[in-house]
Amino acid sequence: MNTTTTEEKSLFFAGNTKSSDLKGRLIVGSTLAAVILIIAVLFLIIGIIVYNGWDMFSWEFISSFPTDGMTKGGILPAIIGTFILVIVMSLAAVPFGTITALYLTEYAAENSKFAAAVRFSVRTLAVVPSIIFGLFGLGFFIQFIGTGIDKTFNAGQLHWGQPNILWASLTMALLTLPVIIVSVEEALKTVPRELREASLALGATKWQTIRKVVLPESVAGIMTGTILAVSRGAGEVAPILFTGAAYYLATLPKSVSDQFMNLGYHIYIMSTQSSDVEKTMPIQFATTLVLLMLTISLNIVAVIIRSRIRRKKVS
Amino acid sequence: MSSQNPTTFSFTKESLKKQFRWSEFLAEKIISGVAFLSIAIIFLIFIFVFKESLPLFSSSKTVEKTEIQVTSTTQPETYGAPTEDLEPETYGTPTEDLTAIDVVETNELEPETYGEAVEELTVGTEEETPKITETNKEGKNNTWSTFLSCEWFPVSENPRFGLIALLIGTLKVTIIAMLFAGPLGVLAALYTSTFASKRAKEIIKPVIELLAAFPSVVIGFFALMIMATFFQNLFGYETRLNAFVGGVAMALAAIPIIYTISEDALSAVPKTYTEASLALGASKWQTAFFVTLPAAIPGIFAAILLGIGRVFGETMIVLMATGNAALNSANPFESVRTFAATIGSEMAETVFGETHYSVLFFIGSLLFVFSFGLNALAEFYVKGKLIKKIQGK
Repeated sequence: MNTTTTEEKSLFFAGNTKSSDLKGRLIVGSTLAAVILIIAVLFLIIGIIVYNGWDMFSWEFISSFPTDGMTKGGILPAIIGTFILVIVMSLAAVPFGTITALYLTEYAAENSKFAAAVRFSVRTLAVVPSIIFGLFGLGFFIQFIGTGIDKTFNAGQLHWGQPNILWASLTMALLTLPVIIVSVEEALKTVPRELREASLALGATKWQTIRKVVLPESVAGIMTGTILAVSRGAGEVAPILFTGAAYYLATLPKSVSDQFMNLGYHIYIMSTQSSDVEKTMPIQFATTLVLLMLTISLNIVAVIIRSRIRRKKVS
Repeated sequence: MSSQNPTTFSFTKESLKKQFRWSEFLAEKIISGVAFLSIAIIFLIFIFVFKESLPLFSSSKTVEKTEIQVTSTTQPETYGAPTEDLEPETYGTPTEDLTAIDVVETNELEPETYGEAVEELTVGTEEETPKITETNKEGKNNTWSTFLSCEWFPVSENPRFGLIALLIGTLKVTIIAMLFAGPLGVLAALYTSTFASKRAKEIIKPVIELLAAFPSVVIGFFALMIMATFFQNLFGYETRLNAFVGGVAMALAAIPIIYTISEDALSAVPKTYTEASLALGASKWQTAFFVTLPAAIPGIFAAILLGIGRVFGETMIVLMATGNAALNSANPFESVRTFAATIGSEMAETVFGETHYSVLFFIGSLLFVFSFGLNALAEFYVKGKLIKKIQGK
């Protein structure tokens, strides 16, 4: 990098943009305008949601049940439901994603067709619309597995063959799998080759090396992946529309075979299907505020951890 | 295998061979097995989403059979639908006329939208009923013939599943969203990768990517509550929730994808290209526009494709912000109904095994095939082009 002093001085215009060149200024200006517009809209959304939701937002709001037909009260069950959802989801997705990432970085041969197919599948999984996961959850987990369990073990009595937390979480786990795989893979790649070689040279086997050297070194990456996945899973609504989310529950779920309330679903229901949208407006904004704060703060944490990993790689 | 005598140690072919260990063998097999699952999931998704739409393809007899089976196992009619009485009749479902009108009366916030949609649709039902009855007598498989019609009345007495109507809606929203997200995302990426200083880049990139952390339901909510009113006051159109509002909101969801991938593609352009251009006397913007941008075209193309994929399959934003009425018009300021939103809003009301249920799953498989194709195209096109570019052919 041969940076000149002028480049370092100006924050927004690096390089030798000639001020007399009108066309150039127009073009550079338009690209800068695009950046500013996007960032402005981003902060505008945050600002408006904070402004409208702040009055309602309180400890009481997040720690109490909805009352009076959901026109008053808090969102505790929705928060708990979201919490359970992401925990069960992580329990399924994190080991699965980590192992797949391990295969891709540690075991797959360079020109392996199989590894290429796995990579392609993971990327495809990342672009499949979230509503398709919902359909899959309904068709596979509920209709196929759930009903199958009921037929063989419960003598046809309906227990697992209906929407519940478990099926919703597993559906969400599939959706967030690519997020985890990509993050863990990136972290595994930053583990220095020398560490692996040293371990192997000391007589450790490949699996021992992975378990004792590679995995401990990439814990931060696995954490980043998990946090990003949790952030994604907490915000998605489409996959749980028909796999377990409930409109209103008077009690908290007791087992994974119960239905649950969910923050995102709560926002959707309250803003489109409530009998009195106007009246519950503050609740809606405050719920949105809670969800947005949750996902954004999780993402910021992930970004910070990730930039630390990258810095470690450089140094 | 390892029966080497230590005193007469010499490197033979045998001794250099890796020792066989069960734990190693198992670890490797299990790990590759789990990796294989991600391929299997793709197939499973396709198989199971497609499987539920199979009754559409079989003869009328098998359709009846499955229906009988279902009733005997007492399947609940509600999937993911709340068990409480509180569940409202869901707005916008065009066919249950009475309930829909009920909702209109109680829903004070957006009466125009839903009211209009319902009126239009009921008129349509009355007019079209006689014609369709005739075709219905021909057999059960006439669902197929209604696919190409422009009417989406899934729960009426003569159900019609006009996918064209939904296709028009989906395309309309996708085009509007891409008109905003495409240029904005690419221009912002160009600024970040070529004009911005290193420090500015470190701020801009994570901030824009933060937009990807916004759950789509939050963007949908913002569009429903704030943007819809804002645009209505600005342009003065009649329907508050329409394709334009939905499109702009979806642009917000597509921008981070387009931005990130384009930015990566632009940054991956070899330094030698830009240095050569600058050395020849081109200014910074000329280099950016005539050297860097063309070199990154395959990546930007992929970014646009993936952006389209995101918008095409997005559910919550359209569900909340587009009004959800399947109208056949090119007017961007009228309500639309997209494929994904149709699945999202109607699945909870269908009964397992009936035609409507199968049609929704069929739409799902269409969406899946489409996104799969887009991703494959983006991947292979880009790889092919990039290899050609680097080799200079």
